[in-house]
Amino acid sequence: MKNLFSKKNLIWLGVLLVFFFAVQVMIDTRIITPYYRQVLYWVGIFVILGVSLNIIIGITGQLSLGHAGFMSIGAYSAAIVMRDMPDMTGLLLGMLVGIAISILISLIVAIPTLRLKGDYLAIATLGVGEIIRIVILNLEITNGASGISNIKNLISWPLLFVFVVAAVVLSANFKNSAIGRACISIKEDEIASEAMGIHTTKYKVIAFIFGAVLASLAGSLYATTYYVVKPETFGIATSINILIIVVFGGMGSLTGSVIATGFIGVVNMLLQSYAEVRLIAYALILIIVMIFRPQGLLGSKEFGLDRILGYKPPLGKKPRKEKSA
Amino acid sequence: MKRLVTLLAVLMMVLGALTGCGPKAAETIKIGVNLELTGEVSVYGVPERLAFQLAVKEINAKGGINGKQVELVIYDNAYDTAKAVENATKLATVDKVVAMLGSATSAPTLAIGPVAKQYEVLAFTPSGSNEKVTMDGTAVNPWVFRACFIDPFQGVVLANFASNDLQAKKAVVMGSSSSDYAKDLAKIFGDKFAANGGQVLGVEYYTDTDTDFSAQLTKIKGLGEFDVLFVADYAARAGLIIGQARAMGIDVAIIGPDGFESPDLNSLAGGAANVNNVYFSTHFSTLSTDAKVQNFITAYKAETGENPSALSALAYDAAYMLFAAIESAGTDPVKVRDALKATKNFAGVTGTISFDNFNNPVKSAVIVKLENGVQVQATIVNP
Repeated sequence: MKNLFSKKNLIWLGVLLVFFFAVQVMIDTRIITPYYRQVLYWVGIFVILGVSLNIIIGITGQLSLGHAGFMSIGAYSAAIVMRDMPDMTGLLLGMLVGIAISILISLIVAIPTLRLKGDYLAIATLGVGEIIRIVILNLEITNGASGISNIKNLISWPLLFVFVVAAVVLSANFKNSAIGRACISIKEDEIASEAMGIHTTKYKVIAFIFGAVLASLAGSLYATTYYVVKPETFGIATSINILIIVVFGGMGSLTGSVIATGFIGVVNMLLQSYAEVRLIAYALILIIVMIFRPQGLLGSKEFGLDRILGYKPPLGKKPRKEKSA
Repeated sequence: MKRLVTLLAVLMMVLGALTGCGPKAAETIKIGVNLELTGEVSVYGVPERLAFQLAVKEINAKGGINGKQVELVIYDNAYDTAKAVENATKLATVDKVVAMLGSATSAPTLAIGPVAKQYEVLAFTPSGSNEKVTMDGTAVNPWVFRACFIDPFQGVVLANFASNDLQAKKAVVMGSSSSDYAKDLAKIFGDKFAANGGQVLGVEYYTDTDTDFSAQLTKIKGLGEFDVLFVADYAARAGLIIGQARAMGIDVAIIGPDGFESPDLNSLAGGAANVNNVYFSTHFSTLSTDAKVQNFITAYKAETGENPSALSALAYDAAYMLFAAIESAGTDPVKVRDALKATKNFAGVTGTISFDNFNNPVKSAVIVKLENGVQVQATIVNP
């Protein structure tokens, strides 16, 4: 309990509350127009996706390319449940259904595939994402290729805020927990951590499921924000987009993912009017940033209060020298 | 890091400067365009943008609508529903357009529909053929219109054409099991053909990734004599099926939906010589002798260097129907919607168009006959 109300947490709570009400006031006074609100929703949803993939890639060091697959599970669960219950209860129930299915599927997937390493794992997870998409494409309940439309729109700033903060705080706690430290050790050196008595497969599976659950949650929010879900939305391109967020923000840095998503959201917004050059400019910006910051915007550091308040980093979180990407 | 910040700052300023310029708003009538200009289905979005631009160029050359010039605000949604929603929100609330044109395919249009309804700016899709596009649950979404006929209509028209014009008694149906377009058409055609007194000998399904159809075609050949082969699919597979069927000696009439229309059909079929006795339904044929159609073809060719496809014709009609509505109702989005809804017997390049209760056009279809890969005959078929 003492830790819960530490100075640091109280400051964070204050910052979040101020941010929440500031945005709410700006929405009410129309300084944030409905269009900016749409951009905000996009950023919020992709923050959850980025942070959740960062748990798998950045913290645990397992390259997963099937993240959009888990997102689609959440999206379709919410869409299907909300077909009969188009209200908040339906959305929350849909989220729970999505989370349950994600846990089940990620468990089934994780146990065999996470014994693979590097490229092999990437290809296996790529396959999993495709399998999920193809299954959705051919199921009756998901309405095949045309997807589900007319999903009730329940997204709002408070709802988004609650889920984004919950996802980020959960991820931060995960990272700083004993499990998280075990995961980091797996990333640093799998053989050494195994020699230290860490059950590497177990922790990799835990991290994988954790990431999948959050991705599913983001998918549910996606469904209620954009009215329509269709299988193509959750293809490899979306998985790569989430990967870009993780690499761009810095692998292992949760706050990096948050900042990167905001940055990419703004860039996309500014480029919207230039259909022809949009993709070129977007890629160019990514390339330029990666040239100047090959380790991502924040590297593996976190943007936190520790440094501002002059706290010593806790054991095992010593800032490392970053030489290679 | 400092260099990076500088670089980004410069970039932002350049972009800001670019957005800053452009014609002043108040003098023009702004129409939003929300299309798939990049991504996997840009092949549908790009011709529609060209047609919109041609229509706007023409009307502006004639002095605009009620003396005001028309300006298009064009955004790319890349076949992404999230982008389609963002674009529609921006068009309706930031650009404050009179109406929105697009999208070309159904999925983004389904996402635009609720936004159109929320901000009360109509969305007009030239070619979104999914039945649900103009629906809001089970009722009609009063803010979404379309210029093309819907898939069930096409299946019915083709079945009638097979029974009446081709005098077919026995048919075989092939279709992709991967797309609803194919599955729905195969079913509707089969039902209607049977209702017309014909007999469907068999239905063969394959998936979108198949390129070899010899197994299905051998099976079909074993079914006995039949008069017509209905292929419910896009040109990517239909072309291959036509080529392989002809190579196996299946020489009956092959008929199909508007998905057949593609510049690649002949090469996929292994040469134009294979594309004989092939019919497909479409919205528009360049063979029409109507002066309006010929003028459109000439203008489109002059502007783009290509022959217009059905998509560009539909987009062209959509633009002019909208112009007519704006001309009679002014620039208030709600009044424009009412005027568009009241459109009666609009003479477009894709036929004479009115709207039914579900904002679907009531119009005729065109059945085109291909001989040696060339359109030789266009029959207008009413439902």
